[in-house]
Amino acid sequence: MQQIKPQPGLEIDGFTLGEQLHKGGFATVWEVTHPLYRTPMVMKIPTILDGYDGPTIVGFEVEQMIMPRLTGPHVPRVMGEGDFSRMAYIVTERIPGGSMHQLVKRAPLPLDEVIEAAARMAQAVADLHRQHVIHLDLKPDNFLQRETGEMVLVDYGLSRHDELPDLLAEEFTIPMGTFPYIAPEQYLRQRGDLRSDLYALGAMIYQMATGKLPFGEPEKLSQVRERLWRDPVPPRALRTEIPEWLQEIILRALEVDPARRYQSAAQMIFDLTHPRQVKITERGHKLAQDGFWTVWKRKRAMKGVKGFGAPVSTAAHGDRAPILLVAVDLAPEMEALSAALFSSVKRMLVITPEARVACVNVIKTARLGIDQTTDDDGNHLHVSRLVALRGWAEGIELPDDRLTYTILENTDPASAILDHAEAVQADHLMMGARGHSTTRRFLGSVSARVVAEAHCSVTVIRLKDGARTADAA
Amino acid sequence: MRLAILTDIHANREAFEAVLADLTLRKPDRIVFLGDLVGYGPDPGWCVDKVAALVAQGALAVRGNHDRAVGVADGALNANARRVIDWTVNRLTAPQKLFLEDLPLTATEGDVLFVHASANDPQDWIYVTGEAKAMPSFRVSDARVILVGHVHRPQLYSCDLAGRVMGHPVVQGQAVPLIRSRRWLAVVGSVGQPRDGAALAGYAMLDTDKNELTFRRVPYDAATTARKVRAAGLPEALASRLIKGE
Repeated sequence: MQQIKPQPGLEIDGFTLGEQLHKGGFATVWEVTHPLYRTPMVMKIPTILDGYDGPTIVGFEVEQMIMPRLTGPHVPRVMGEGDFSRMAYIVTERIPGGSMHQLVKRAPLPLDEVIEAAARMAQAVADLHRQHVIHLDLKPDNFLQRETGEMVLVDYGLSRHDELPDLLAEEFTIPMGTFPYIAPEQYLRQRGDLRSDLYALGAMIYQMATGKLPFGEPEKLSQVRERLWRDPVPPRALRTEIPEWLQEIILRALEVDPARRYQSAAQMIFDLTHPRQVKITERGHKLAQDGFWTVWKRKRAMKGVKGFGAPVSTAAHGDRAPILLVAVDLAPEMEALSAALFSSVKRMLVITPEARVACVNVIKTARLGIDQTTDDDGNHLHVSRLVALRGWAEGIELPDDRLTYTILENTDPASAILDHAEAVQADHLMMGARGHSTTRRFLGSVSARVVAEAHCSVTVIRLKDGARTADAA
Repeated sequence: MRLAILTDIHANREAFEAVLADLTLRKPDRIVFLGDLVGYGPDPGWCVDKVAALVAQGALAVRGNHDRAVGVADGALNANARRVIDWTVNRLTAPQKLFLEDLPLTATEGDVLFVHASANDPQDWIYVTGEAKAMPSFRVSDARVILVGHVHRPQLYSCDLAGRVMGHPVVQGQAVPLIRSRRWLAVVGSVGQPRDGAALAGYAMLDTDKNELTFRRVPYDAATTARKVRAAGLPEALASRLIKGE
């Protein structure tokens, strides 16, 4: 399988090679131009060893299968591809911002920078999972940053698309990822669990926050195995100003059993962006690694372990562990409506017991002038609404970390709800509709606008006419 | 070019019509029939006429083992299948029989090969039911894509540059890129007698420009077909399996 040797000036399918930008173990990356495209582009060319180089070829085939199917700001746009008949290559847009590797080199980073970067990285991963792809080789080098701020994921040579043939399924000679970042189940050769990517995210946040890798830099596979029982040094033991909530997020992402980690990237983003709502457990408090006997027992329990139960695939995860945003109207005259909303939420939790429920209430502020933040009796409005919101949710039996409360303030309630739904990556929005009135008909109702503009499913609860009449009577 | 691949219609008019209705929405450039137009089902004449009319308009068709059995009385079929073929023979007109007899064993379109059972020894009606059974097809043919039927359960195989064959599970409705560094063999699911647990007519779409293959399923009125099977006095097992899709 003779391949053309890439060099500056080489022309292939209209692309002209410029300077070589990068030379890695499995591929070279070149700057390329094409008379029809103005976008700056790069060409990735696999380095094929003499004879048959299985792992490199299959990894490249996986990229060719997956990359052209991805869309959106978090993936590079594919401009062209060539097969092995002359020279295999993939041309994508060039992302000028550089990789997270540059940033990580400076770690430990200022904590606000860590949190900001972590949330952006998790956004990119959530977007990829939404497109049915698990990356399986997340590391700082594979996160590039656009000038507009979005993280772009590159290098799909080990990735898994839920609905496409997995060419790597039987390829056991292939390295299964990058040792410092791979999840325990990847060590066990399971490649169908999106939570593996969340583990790698945890390892990277650990690294950005502490300047150290949670499991060092293993060179041998046998050293990778240790993470099945050995817990990392708690980040706060390495850097005291790391808040407990951040350590909670990191160590939760790094749990050995995927079932104890975050169940979706969206849930992780939620915590990274709502620190005050992170429920701090033993994980967040601990300041030392687990003791000898605990570790010994874990090691014993891991003897001969083959896997960790059913993986969470991208096909199912949105349905299984959705983020349910519930917008509650706390006005006294809306009691019947908010009760109906409450029972709908309860019913929804029967179908999706893994759901996370984010309750919100909007304080409508005046368009002009200074807002009144205390009511006539001097009670702080924000606090009293929070108490009322918690009161409404009384009886929704979920662990604290899956039930949260937020009070939003906005002149425009619909915008507030829509923006919040985007921010928390809500999968489903539930709210009540106040009913019919003349003003609503002319000015438009909040629920109607939310239904029209939301990027997720919306369920609107209404009281049937009969119920309202009964209420009035 | 977008090709609709239909196979194993097996005289099931309701399923065939449901797929044709779906095709009016998807507008393929060409229809290809991978054989077994008749056998098992109650409407052989109607199905043969319909396929013949489509072939006259440019569709391709190859011959399956049941189509062949109409003309010969050998013991290549199981008892139920033979019983239905003997019933079928008396319900086909001379031109319809002639049409079945004239069908070729294989056909090609560009670098795509069409055959009912397997590319190796197509007249032996070998079931491609695993990687080992798919391997010989890749060996004897240099087609980049081989499309077969006969098994009634959809499956996809690829053969990599080193000649290793790998089976891939099929996901309905997802366009699979048939990347060019591999050769591919797809077993297309049956229109008229699906056996993969769902009473839905199966077919596939191959887009030769985009180089993508999509397996599809279409609901059809299986109860009506089953009723016709019973009314015709054909074996009960052939009616009930349509309802269960097995």
